[in-house]
Amino acid sequence: MELIHLTIDAARSAIQERRTTALALAEAHYARIQKEDEQIGAFLTLSKERALEQADRIDRMAAEGKPLPPLGGVPVAIKDVMSTRGLRSTAGSKILGKYIPPYDCTAVARLEAAGAMILGKTNCDEFAMGSSNENSAFRPVHNPRDLTRVPGGSSGGSAAAVAADMAVAALGSDTGGSIRQPASFCGVVGLVPTYGRVSRYGLIAFASSLDHIGPLAKTVKDSATVLRTIAGRDPMDATSADIPVPDYVAELDRPVRALRLGVAKEYFGEGLDHEVRHAVESAIDKLKSLGCEIVPISLPHTRYAIPTYYLIATAEASANLARFDGVRYSYRAPGVRSLSEMYRRSRDEGFGAEVKRRIMLGTYALSAGYYDAYYLKAQKVRTLLTRDFNEAFRKVDAIMTPTCPTASFRLGEKSDDPLAMYLADIYTVTADLAGIPGISVPCGKTKENLPIGLQILGKHFDEATILRVAHAYEQTA
Amino acid sequence: MKVTEKDVAYVADLANLDLSVEERAGMVRDLNSILDYIEMLNELDTSNVEPMAQVSNRYGVDDSKHGSERFAYASREDVVEGLRQSLSQEAALANAPDADGTFFRVPKVIER
Repeated sequence: MELIHLTIDAARSAIQERRTTALALAEAHYARIQKEDEQIGAFLTLSKERALEQADRIDRMAAEGKPLPPLGGVPVAIKDVMSTRGLRSTAGSKILGKYIPPYDCTAVARLEAAGAMILGKTNCDEFAMGSSNENSAFRPVHNPRDLTRVPGGSSGGSAAAVAADMAVAALGSDTGGSIRQPASFCGVVGLVPTYGRVSRYGLIAFASSLDHIGPLAKTVKDSATVLRTIAGRDPMDATSADIPVPDYVAELDRPVRALRLGVAKEYFGEGLDHEVRHAVESAIDKLKSLGCEIVPISLPHTRYAIPTYYLIATAEASANLARFDGVRYSYRAPGVRSLSEMYRRSRDEGFGAEVKRRIMLGTYALSAGYYDAYYLKAQKVRTLLTRDFNEAFRKVDAIMTPTCPTASFRLGEKSDDPLAMYLADIYTVTADLAGIPGISVPCGKTKENLPIGLQILGKHFDEATILRVAHAYEQTA
Repeated sequence: MKVTEKDVAYVADLANLDLSVEERAGMVRDLNSILDYIEMLNELDTSNVEPMAQVSNRYGVDDSKHGSERFAYASREDVVEGLRQSLSQEAALANAPDADGTFFRVPKVIER
């Protein structure tokens, strides 16, 4: 049994049946990290003591013949934008380079309560702002499928950790595509849940009306298992919805026959790489052969999603990042003589180029004289984008698109052109703006052997259907 | 050009950033390029469209009520340490770059 290739259920039952131990699983994954991660750079901090304590707890349960919890002994990785008690949480930024949170993010606490072992914290673009992981203040992440290429971003470390068998599953965050896009680039499954489905308590905020936490995993079923664990109302997050959580795993095997799948022409236009198009169209054909009905639809405002997103996300970011002032928990520049100088120099030295760019754009869009023309305008277009989806979902059960217009690009290829980088999110920002769930599932490779992702978008709180479609497709692959 | 160096200086001031000379020049270039792209939103007539600030106000909201009553689903009893224990003073100060055990310490605010 290869300990680093197990799915969640296989790992848990192997421990339960005493064919291995949680300790052995943890050790195997740390050995893998030791061997691989110097060249990949997926982890920023390891939490071996914490993982081994959990391993011990799980192994004792197994020895006593007690039934293990759903993630009993499963090694997971956590994106470093999530707060972890006593464990450094940097958000990929120098300004939080020494921050040790006094509490756990709810999603992390729920995973651990379900038996998961937290291996460590994963690298990401600073404050989750980026599409290539090159904006990490610590080091870039390399794509395990091709080390000359980016893993995507901003949850690049989480995607790379799962792709390189350094973790069975991981948590990421998605504000404009930051779970699905790296999942697509690294050839793993990534899911952004409905806004409000998973508590964001303890997530270091980027854009509060767009931020989501969700799983990255090797299979659709594992994604369903993690989602079931972290979903549901949390009194610590007023935006988390009080809506029952279905058993996503039990729903996976329901037939997909007669489901209506929408295909929107706006997601297959200019800029879409022909190999990606071909792979996604083949995937859609496969689902058709399983009995799904393919329905042409239109989402007419799609081309306005990127400008809308970059106004709303940066405006919210400029407000959220105002808290980093060098007083309570962030970096403070040395040798400052006045309070004002302390704020400015601490932020100047603590934030990286992309974060400053977004703070500036967001502050500009919110400033007197520009608020109506930019921020309010974007909020109105957000209504139109959401209406597009509401209209479409009257006719279809899910929508099929490419996750990204291209496969992974090379490190450095887009890092000097912010706008070119923003366009990498062209097919993913729409779901965040409308608050609908989406999943990226691998659907083949390019001639250069780079993974391609199929994106399936669903109705609000209908993760069950997109998981079911993704699972059905995965079984044919 | 929409954004001038003067605008960048003004916005940096609002955002509590200083920015080096090179950073300011880069900001003028990047903000103009991004705002040019964003210009396409003006193709859309949104005069009769309601702005959307949040997704979550669509769930559980009681539209028969007014004001904050509409969001009753998200309210809870106001109880000291109702949801979790408050942080101890020690924990709250633990990450401070400069603290004296009781207070956060900052450079002098009032000149004299």
